[in-house]
Amino acid sequence: MSTPVQETDSEETNLDDVRAVGDAYPDHELADELSTYKVPPGFGLIKSNIGLIITPVIILLGGLALYSYVQSSDLIFQDERALDWNGNLKPQLEQHLSIAIWSTVFTIVMAVPLGILLTRPRYKRAGSPILAVATSAQAIPAFGLLVLAFAWLGRGPWTTIWALSLFTLLPVLRNTMVGLEQVDRSVIEAGRGMGLTKRQALRQIELPLAVPVILAGVRTALVITVGMAALAYLIGGGGLGETIGAGLSLSRDVVLITGAVMTALLALAVDWIAALIEKTLRPSGL
Amino acid sequence: MTDLATPPNSSASAEPKAMIQLQGVGKTYPGSTVPAVADLDLHIAEGEILVLVGPSGCGKSTTLRLINRMIEPTSGRIIFDGEDVTTVNPDELRRRIGYVIQQIGLFPHQTIAQNIATVPKLLGWDKKRIAARVDELLEVTGLDPNLFRDRYPKELSGGQAQRVGVARALGGDPEVLLMDEPFGAIDPITRDRLQNEFLRLQGELKKTIVFVTHDIDEAIKMGDRIAILGEQSVIRQFDTPERILAYPVDDFVSDFIGAGSTLKGLNFERVRDLKLAEDWPIISVDTDRADALRLYDASPEKWMLVLDAEQRPIRWVNKHHLADVDTPLDRAGAEVNATVLPNATLHDALEEMLLSNAGQAVVVDDKGRCQGILDIERLADVLKRLRGQAKKHYEELAIQEAADLANGSTPPSNTETGAGH
Repeated sequence: MSTPVQETDSEETNLDDVRAVGDAYPDHELADELSTYKVPPGFGLIKSNIGLIITPVIILLGGLALYSYVQSSDLIFQDERALDWNGNLKPQLEQHLSIAIWSTVFTIVMAVPLGILLTRPRYKRAGSPILAVATSAQAIPAFGLLVLAFAWLGRGPWTTIWALSLFTLLPVLRNTMVGLEQVDRSVIEAGRGMGLTKRQALRQIELPLAVPVILAGVRTALVITVGMAALAYLIGGGGLGETIGAGLSLSRDVVLITGAVMTALLALAVDWIAALIEKTLRPSGL
Repeated sequence: MTDLATPPNSSASAEPKAMIQLQGVGKTYPGSTVPAVADLDLHIAEGEILVLVGPSGCGKSTTLRLINRMIEPTSGRIIFDGEDVTTVNPDELRRRIGYVIQQIGLFPHQTIAQNIATVPKLLGWDKKRIAARVDELLEVTGLDPNLFRDRYPKELSGGQAQRVGVARALGGDPEVLLMDEPFGAIDPITRDRLQNEFLRLQGELKKTIVFVTHDIDEAIKMGDRIAILGEQSVIRQFDTPERILAYPVDDFVSDFIGAGSTLKGLNFERVRDLKLAEDWPIISVDTDRADALRLYDASPEKWMLVLDAEQRPIRWVNKHHLADVDTPLDRAGAEVNATVLPNATLHDALEEMLLSNAGQAVVVDDKGRCQGILDIERLADVLKRLRGQAKKHYEELAIQEAADLANGSTPPSNTETGAGH
């Protein structure tokens, strides 16, 4: 192979050759399809980098708008108490966030290993029944699930956390399975053919290549959880739902709107951070 | 061929050492009564390229994957370099065998260097040695290490990707390389170049290579020996490309080789090994016309070759040209436009002859001096001879096999066999 430089140059500029790479990896198209899937409906604007820049601006503007709305409203005594930052809003925000994070952590701990197991040849057959169960779990209204969990586990934030992690099991489980299954078989075949053990092939090839899809599922789960955690106050779980509930029972719009808008802004913020993490953890070269 | 009496090494007496031996290897998938590979005996000599070729679905890929146990055989034994590897840890076995597949299967999330370092890392080499090995392999496969080391697979063209595929397979310096239609998905021009480079590379590395393809032309080009496989990987003919082309043992083989096998066979014969036409009339440019005419009339040929003072062929002339005294001989008749060097293949020579003004090719040495003339009859003689030789070879083989059977001993296992069943 005497003239390497000349040759590689000519190949570099050859458009047909470049196109041929795409043909050699037809699964890239599949990955593209999946990448559209990973942006949950309603949060589509956070898809690209522009989304990553716009989102914090929106959160900031929303926060400012909420602040000036509250400032310009005539607040009665109950409003003042309900909207006290240090006494109510801040601890509720923290509680809300911790419910979301813990339930997502439990979801990941349950769903990812299960997803890995269900894509191994030995357990593949169990995959569709378990996926069906997970789907039906998500079909139960979140409120119903919370009440069931309450009846079983009693009051408190942990009841909410468990209920929500069950509720968001499906997106993470499904994305783990899809993510692992969309890995090009020939890549795994080549790895195994070179002497990677099954475990090495999983850790070094399958999981890194499935990371983008799995993380998309985690992101969906996080956002769903932030929304659902607003119901936690009904079973004594705390969170920003307390403020929403107070606004409802007092018939005070300013309290109600503050609770609702803060929940929405929190969901946006969490999704933005998740998007950043997703971007960082995505393996280069894909 | 039962082998219980034969220890693994004993068959390699005078023959080159058998690097891989399959002994009665078969694969029947669960739930199927028909084996995918039935009772296959195959001996692959050290340093040769053995091509497994056959129609789609004949089990040639399965056979290849039985060797590195990507598919576990359900019967038989696999001997690798004298060692029975039928039951050893398959992962460790595979680290000693390079594996190249058509889809290449580069790890898209790893750089080219990381891809190539896969097996060295598994073998526990230190960082410095791995880095040196990566650069060496990139160079050897025609890729500039500084340019490609840190690229990702998606930044490569198809041809470049398969070069990396080959480099990666050579990572741990394996003695054996298994290649499953490695150039199958690459455009014809790049494929041809990769094939040539690979053959040159093999000339230096001398690995033992098992190469699977469905393309008989690729098989002929790449193979030292070719095994033509039928259904269930049954060997229909196992021989050098030359002999298979000259003498397909049955209809299956000749159908598979297809039309033009005789022409393809011309690729293996070189002009220098031929007896050239001796009685062709040749004159020098300053020959007297009367002498030239006399010589022409004495010869049965229709054309006469004119050489210049340095013995280089310049013109073809016939009787009319000779009669036309006004035109000097170096401008009479037709130009000599078909010359071949002694190391040209007969296929090249035939092409030249067809293009030639006079219907024959002039053989010249590297200084352009005339060595003789090659005409169509000479070619026909060669083909007849090749066919005769191959036929004789198979007849002798049949006689020997019959004799061996009569003696009750097993036939020598490492020779080429024809239709095995």
